[in-house]
Amino acid sequence: MATQHSRAAARLMISPAVLLLLGWMIVPLSMTLYFSFLRYNLLMPGMEEFTGWTNYRFFLTDPAFFAALTNTLLLVGGVLLITVIGGTLLALLLDQPFWGQGIVRIMVIAPFFVMPTVSALVWKNMFMNPVNGLFGHAAHWLGLEPYDFLSQAPLMSIIGIVSWQWLPFATLILLTALQSLDQEQLEAAEMDGAGAVQRFGYIMLPHLARAITVVILIQTIFLLSIFAEILVTTNGGPGTASTNLTYLIYMQSLLQFDVGGGSAGGVIAIILANIVAIFLMRMIGKNLDA
Amino acid sequence: MGRITLDQVTKSFGEVNVIPPLDLTIEDGEFVVFVGPSGCGKSTLLRLIAGLEDVSSGQIRIDGADATDMPPARRGLAMVFQSYALYPHMSVRKNIAFPMKMAGVPEDEQKRRIDSAAKALNLTDYLDRRPGQLSGGQRQRVAIGRAIVREPQAFLFDEPLSNLDAALRVNMRLEIMELHKSLATTMIYVTHDQVEAMTMADKIVVLRAGNIEQVGSPLELYREPRNEFVASFIGSPKMNLIRGEVARTYGAQSIGIRPEHIAVSTDEGLWHGTVGVAEHLGSDTFVHVHGHGMGSEPLTVRVDGELPVRHGDRIFLTPDTEKLHRFDAQGLRL
Ligand SMILES: Nc1ncnc2c1ncn2[C@@H]1O[C@H](COP(=O)(O)OP(=O)(O)OP(=O)(O)O)[C@@H](O)[C@H]1O
Ligand SMILES: [Mg+2]
Repeated sequence: MATQHSRAAARLMISPAVLLLLGWMIVPLSMTLYFSFLRYNLLMPGMEEFTGWTNYRFFLTDPAFFAALTNTLLLVGGVLLITVIGGTLLALLLDQPFWGQGIVRIMVIAPFFVMPTVSALVWKNMFMNPVNGLFGHAAHWLGLEPYDFLSQAPLMSIIGIVSWQWLPFATLILLTALQSLDQEQLEAAEMDGAGAVQRFGYIMLPHLARAITVVILIQTIFLLSIFAEILVTTNGGPGTASTNLTYLIYMQSLLQFDVGGGSAGGVIAIILANIVAIFLMRMIGKNLDA
Repeated sequence: MGRITLDQVTKSFGEVNVIPPLDLTIEDGEFVVFVGPSGCGKSTLLRLIAGLEDVSSGQIRIDGADATDMPPARRGLAMVFQSYALYPHMSVRKNIAFPMKMAGVPEDEQKRRIDSAAKALNLTDYLDRRPGQLSGGQRQRVAIGRAIVREPQAFLFDEPLSNLDAALRVNMRLEIMELHKSLATTMIYVTHDQVEAMTMADKIVVLRAGNIEQVGSPLELYREPRNEFVASFIGSPKMNLIRGEVARTYGAQSIGIRPEHIAVSTDEGLWHGTVGVAEHLGSDTFVHVHGHGMGSEPLTVRVDGELPVRHGDRIFLTPDTEKLHRFDAQGLRL
């Protein structure tokens, strides 16, 4: 579409921004890389020395690493599943005309404005606490044993909390996508004999494919680095039951004062994130071209 | 097969009453055109028949069976929308196959019908493209193809040609008429283009504010419009309406005379006036004449070839009294 001239101009115009972003990224990245090859422990300042791949070997052979890797993938996958499916259903619901639509739509976005630490604390203390939490009270009232969510199903609980935070985002994006669907297409499908489920499957879902792709890509980026919710609820425990990669790196570098090991973990996390990104792009990125 | 009857049908959106009680019968195999000015309720009426809107009261019967509360899919009608409403993520083939897939038509039968529709509509080379890769006229044909393969009782068209350019519109118009002749299925066609209405219809329904002003064949409406509204709506350019002294000499509140029914002369005639703007179309020329003592509205007069008159010249007009329409104070034909 664009002429050669306008493309050249465009490149020139965006180059300062690209250079700035690149510098912004390159400096911390190269420092992390550098640290990851040092024996650098905060308890022994001034003793830094080059150790080659030792940090990587230690990090990768740490049994906590595989637990953290699995947890990270479960966390990302679980939250994506819940938010995409839940978000689609909510968007379908909110797209119907009903009384008080405006207010309800604003209320639905509300969780997104609550800080992760705050929402995690609220969930931990007001809902999931077996003694004081609302769920505990509800269980009592039903004559059941209160369930201690955070120690008996720590990862599931965190998935629940994070999903609650991200559901509004998914809902909002999917709702706007749904509203941009040409009503005549739905009417045509209705006349063609498609029932509600078929209209959803054949018309709405393909229309939503791009929006779903965007939701998955953006959320994955943020979900790979979930940290605050784990810190304030379970501290990664019990054991490593709710430790993800980000939290493992935090433990390594700041709880065990091993900056070198933490940096090695960071580099591994970057590589893994890129693998996930390539995988995602391959799988669903096609939708973005159309 | 395909006889549609509306019985005292009304439609209101909240407080607004769009269709007052309306009766209409559409015979099997007829090509019926709804015309009327914008916002008069043509689309609403079509959507009521299609079942995309619920009637507020009254009854719709298709082939004698009460269809008032039937869902759209069970009415056996196919609709072609103004925006075509093709499914953008499906190929042309899948688009056309969609209604058959929903109806559970066997695969080989589907293929047979797609092939014959594609052949009839010149779409064979485009079957594997997406709608986004087609021109407007091709998209329109896909939409028609999707309607044909259902083998419906009746086709409903809502201004299907209004997004096309003039030349293509004439072509598609002929194709749709061709289709009607070969399928002999009832077709209901909405347009506000009165040329389309005149050329295509077996029967024209003229609507104004949800009311049926007149129903009849194109020539009936042209020759004997029931009132001033129909008189000025049908025919192009519009009929001249003259009020006041001149009309009174014919014993009417107003008289109407079409541009093609006025004889022109430079030296003698019944009325006289001054030549205004002339529109040259090649075969015809439409001259706007400011008639003396005939109000401020210029009269439009058709003359053929080149009439040797210039802007500001004096000119004489003689109406063909046989073809003069007289209307009373309510605008009804006398
Ligand atoms: N969903 C709706 N809610 C309220 N009013 C409506 C609705 N749909 C149509 N109307 C009103 O009903 C009237 C008839 O609309 P309709 O679409 O049938 O007009 P139309 O004859 O098809 O006009 P056009 O030639 O511009 O397409 C209009 O005044 C319109 O404002
Ligand atoms: Mg309309």
